[in-house]
Amino acid sequence: MIEVENLTVEFGRGAATVRAVRGVSFTVAQGESYGLVGESGSGKSTVLRAIARINPEFGGTIRVNGTPLTSKRSRDEARRMQMVFQDPYGALHPRHTVDAILREPLEIHRVGDKDRRIKAALSDVGLGPEFRFRYPHQISGGQRQRIAVARALILEPEILLLDEPTSALDVSVQAEVLNLLKRLQRERGLTYLMVSHNLAVVAHICERVAVMNRGRVVEELTASTLRGGEPAEAYTRQLVSATEGYDREAVRGYVTYE
Amino acid sequence: MTEARLLEVEDLRVTFRTPHGPVEAVRGVSFSLGRERLGIVGESGSGKSQTGRALLRLSARNGRVSAKKMVFDGIDLTNASERTMRRIRGARISMIMQDPRYSLNPVVKVGDQIAEAYRIHTGASARKARDRAMEMLETVRIREAGKVYDLYPHQVSGGMGQRVMIAMMLIPEPDVLIADEPTSALDVTVQMQVLALLDDMVRERGMGLVLISHDLNLVASFCDRVMVMYGGRVMEVLEAGRLHEAQHPYTRGLLNCLPSLEHPQHMLPVLTRDAGWLEEAR
Repeated sequence: MIEVENLTVEFGRGAATVRAVRGVSFTVAQGESYGLVGESGSGKSTVLRAIARINPEFGGTIRVNGTPLTSKRSRDEARRMQMVFQDPYGALHPRHTVDAILREPLEIHRVGDKDRRIKAALSDVGLGPEFRFRYPHQISGGQRQRIAVARALILEPEILLLDEPTSALDVSVQAEVLNLLKRLQRERGLTYLMVSHNLAVVAHICERVAVMNRGRVVEELTASTLRGGEPAEAYTRQLVSATEGYDREAVRGYVTYE
Repeated sequence: MTEARLLEVEDLRVTFRTPHGPVEAVRGVSFSLGRERLGIVGESGSGKSQTGRALLRLSARNGRVSAKKMVFDGIDLTNASERTMRRIRGARISMIMQDPRYSLNPVVKVGDQIAEAYRIHTGASARKARDRAMEMLETVRIREAGKVYDLYPHQVSGGMGQRVMIAMMLIPEPDVLIADEPTSALDVTVQMQVLALLDDMVRERGMGLVLISHDLNLVASFCDRVMVMYGGRVMEVLEAGRLHEAQHPYTRGLLNCLPSLEHPQHMLPVLTRDAGWLEEAR
């Protein structure tokens, strides 16, 4: 479904060049959930943004359904691949009602039967029709993220790119959104590519995970290997240890991996 | 652990006047702090940050703070003059705010901001303050402290900005540190290193630490005691090591809805709230 081969992304020029992604390769099968984890600056979000062409300049090849992506995204590609962002407040237009937010993609893609689709999209993400004419500031963070998911799904895409979809949410709300994402994937056979710094969240949603550091994939492993606590790479083991909580002795041994 | 009480708070209330009527952010919170690590955990809106701010009289202007008792080292904080509060803030009770981008002065070099904190509270010379600030940058594990000293806040990353903040708050060697989500903007490994630093301050200097966080597992692994808040009220206080034996349904709900590496579940249990949790105990 998604094949990424030797992807590179650079920002800036000359001596100030930042090599954000340095030769990343992975493939995601149809209906699979694939996770990219890493710390800030590891390049995980940049990979996602290159696939979505928010960063249109990239090296290497990205193929979706066998078709190589160019720096300009076609309307058809956009319909088949949608993205959910981290901050549900920044991602929704503050002066548009929920109705207008959900209507916009339908108008851009000239899809008919708009009212029915908007109502259905709301009910799919577990929100009642009373939310339709509210503004983003009138609803909670979790509800906003549901609207962002509804907007991404309203064109019935095959692939969802998820960029830290729950890290701005309280844990109880995170649980609701994660359950929603799981249910939608099962019902519609969606392919997920999810970026997160939270190993437990990624292991919960994804079957396979790539661990990134400094623009490179350190290792690729299954969620069960990650859970089993025996990743091959020292970097991953340190990340798992830090995730499990504070351990005074372990912290003394932490090293910085370049 | 609590033989020497640094802070004692009884029936703390914070109410905000708003156009929609009064909002009670903190509703009758009582606790004490010794030379220990106390965690305050809760979701957004639970009143955990407002509890921390009220101690230093840093509540927003439309807020009213009242308490039956709020004592720090024999000083009654409810009636203390502004002058007394100025002497306590920073020097004796310090607070690390969540977001360094809003808490650092954008037009002053980060090193000078740390040195200033030292000079104000100790009256040291500029040269001595600069040396101490440099040492402090190294203490918070900033590599190339000499280079970072001369950077402005917009030139440092979020994680580094947060460590600068921590250096600034620790340099006057306060008795009590209130840390409001000090590490939630940091990567996990850096987060653990910063916590180790705060841990050293508690162990070596006998500082009292109030760690405000939304991360239950983090608090349970780091603190001595954990206070769980919801809707401005304390649900329960637990020994951190026994968090997983929590009885209160809210605490249990919070623990259960976290995805976990060790205990995979297909669907996460969703927290159901009980209006009874918000009723005042009589």
